[in-house]
Amino acid sequence: MSNPASTENKSIISIEHLVKTFETKNGPITALNDINLDIKEGEIFGIIGMSGAGKSTLVRCINLLEKPTEGKITFDGMDLVSLSDNDLNQARKSMGMIFQQFNLLMQRNALGNVLFPLEISSVPKDKAVEKAKELLKLVDLEDRMYSYPKQLSGGQKQRVAIARALATNPKVLLCDEATSALDPKTTRSILSLLKEINQKLGITIIVITHEMKVIEEICTRVAIIDESKIAEIGDVKDIFTHPKSPAANRLVYPEGEKIPENFDESTHYLRIIFDGRSSYEPILANMILDCNETVNIFYANSRNIDGNAVGEIVIQLPNDAQRAEKIKNYLEGKGINIEVFDNFTDREEGDINA
Amino acid sequence: MPDGIIPILGLNIWETIYMTLASTLIAYAIGLPLGIILVITDKDGIQPRPVPNSIINVIVNIFRSIPFLILLIMLIPFTRAIMGKAYGSTATIVPLTIAAAPFIARMVESSIKEVDRGVIEAAQSMGATVKQIIFKVLIPEAKPSLIVGATISVTTVLGYSAMAGICGGGGLGAIAINYGYYRYQANVMIVTVILIVVLVQIFQAVGMHISRKGDKRL
Ligand SMILES: Nc1ncnc2c1ncn2[C@@H]1O[C@H](COP(=O)(O)OP(=O)(O)O)[C@@H](O)[C@H]1O
Ligand SMILES: [Mg+2]
Repeated sequence: MSNPASTENKSIISIEHLVKTFETKNGPITALNDINLDIKEGEIFGIIGMSGAGKSTLVRCINLLEKPTEGKITFDGMDLVSLSDNDLNQARKSMGMIFQQFNLLMQRNALGNVLFPLEISSVPKDKAVEKAKELLKLVDLEDRMYSYPKQLSGGQKQRVAIARALATNPKVLLCDEATSALDPKTTRSILSLLKEINQKLGITIIVITHEMKVIEEICTRVAIIDESKIAEIGDVKDIFTHPKSPAANRLVYPEGEKIPENFDESTHYLRIIFDGRSSYEPILANMILDCNETVNIFYANSRNIDGNAVGEIVIQLPNDAQRAEKIKNYLEGKGINIEVFDNFTDREEGDINA
Repeated sequence: MPDGIIPILGLNIWETIYMTLASTLIAYAIGLPLGIILVITDKDGIQPRPVPNSIINVIVNIFRSIPFLILLIMLIPFTRAIMGKAYGSTATIVPLTIAAAPFIARMVESSIKEVDRGVIEAAQSMGATVKQIIFKVLIPEAKPSLIVGATISVTTVLGYSAMAGICGGGGLGAIAINYGYYRYQANVMIVTVILIVVLVQIFQAVGMHISRKGDKRL
């Protein structure tokens, strides 16, 4: 059992200058353009982007399901592109993968599916069965061992797929839109299972998704991929509070375009930024009580990430300069990040509308 | 009905079943690997090999396009060379097998192609070799469809075997031609036809039942 924090600096996967071009009838399509990434041992790394951005291609290049056109993929010290078929198959046994469509063997029951990777690794039958049952217990499916995929719900199928992916004790688990076919409640339960696997088994997890809430829920770091390129990489909290690239802004403020329509030119606005350091204490409520001011909340977009508030709230400041000052001082005194602006559209140098 | 026809019919039913099953079995031994090779060596397959793929494709197409009756006559010298004679039910197994193998290769190809691409990729992501994918993914996952294909193949071969009766092959086809055509005994022909139809129905029903029973997707 490794502790994610203690191994934080060692990289398990590094991607250098990765390019992937598909030759099609209508000419070449560049799905990935000079991707550089370093995944640290023990982290849960998110890769987010719009549909068609190149996420699946990227994750499929990591285990060489897709052969890179250019660039280098290093996994656990091995240069994957240079490996022989045999060595690549061996390396793949240290990288589990789960998919949006689960991809279970339909003619095998849950136990049979988990046994599959053990069979192809020639694990003796009795040991394999023992291991498979243990894994089905881990994913909470002991009682459905003999059910066929057809008889299982989406969430249960993904649990079988997770157990199957873990059977060969991988160091990394690649998840390509693993929760995109599931309802919100099932998504949460699968995400918490992934988190548990990361913490209990110390397995590095790479999560591909187009949904911000998946990143919020489990990832420590995130890369935003946009039009075949990495637009931004950083800690999830940083990207939520200070999105720099237009792509990051679009993801963090999906409703951004709607804001500027009804602002009032003569009014001053105050943007309160929750950077994830302040816990979700009722900052606004306390301010209203302490300053004896009522405020008008103009816009709010905050989320709860790991129990901390991340995002922003925009309030209207009183026209009276003194009263406005009082509010500002109060918030600054609490160590809260604020920003005053008069014209809402100034806020992100027009990024929101980009 | 002429005297003594019943035992003759009985013998020929047996001969028909024997020719059909033996030819299908041998043809399957040839067609199954060919069908699998066609799928995996395809340009979208798990081991693209354009040259062998095109060669097998052309050979299969050539044999598929020759009408069975012509193939039967064409193969007489070949059949004689390997079986010592070109008539009788055992000798007929040769042309039946050669006609059925490419047909089965195509049936197998289409069954194997039905296996979900994602499932194959999952196996690849787990480090499965091509051989392991064939034997542990493609064949087991396609099994219900392969059984349906085998059933269709059996009934097709049964039809061919009746045709072979015209050229000295044994079985129900021989009876139909000898009694119905040369001796104008229409009633014998009708009985023969009914027997062939019943045989096809039995093969069909048994095959479909096995396929459905074994399919865990149902
Ligand atoms: N096998 C392929 N052949 C041709 N183009 C492909 C292939 N796979 C992906 N692409 C193209 O590459 C781009 C990125 O696709 P993908 O990685 O699937 O995006 P995402 O997973 O982010 O939605 C898309 O434009 C897609 O059409
Ligand atoms: Mg995708």
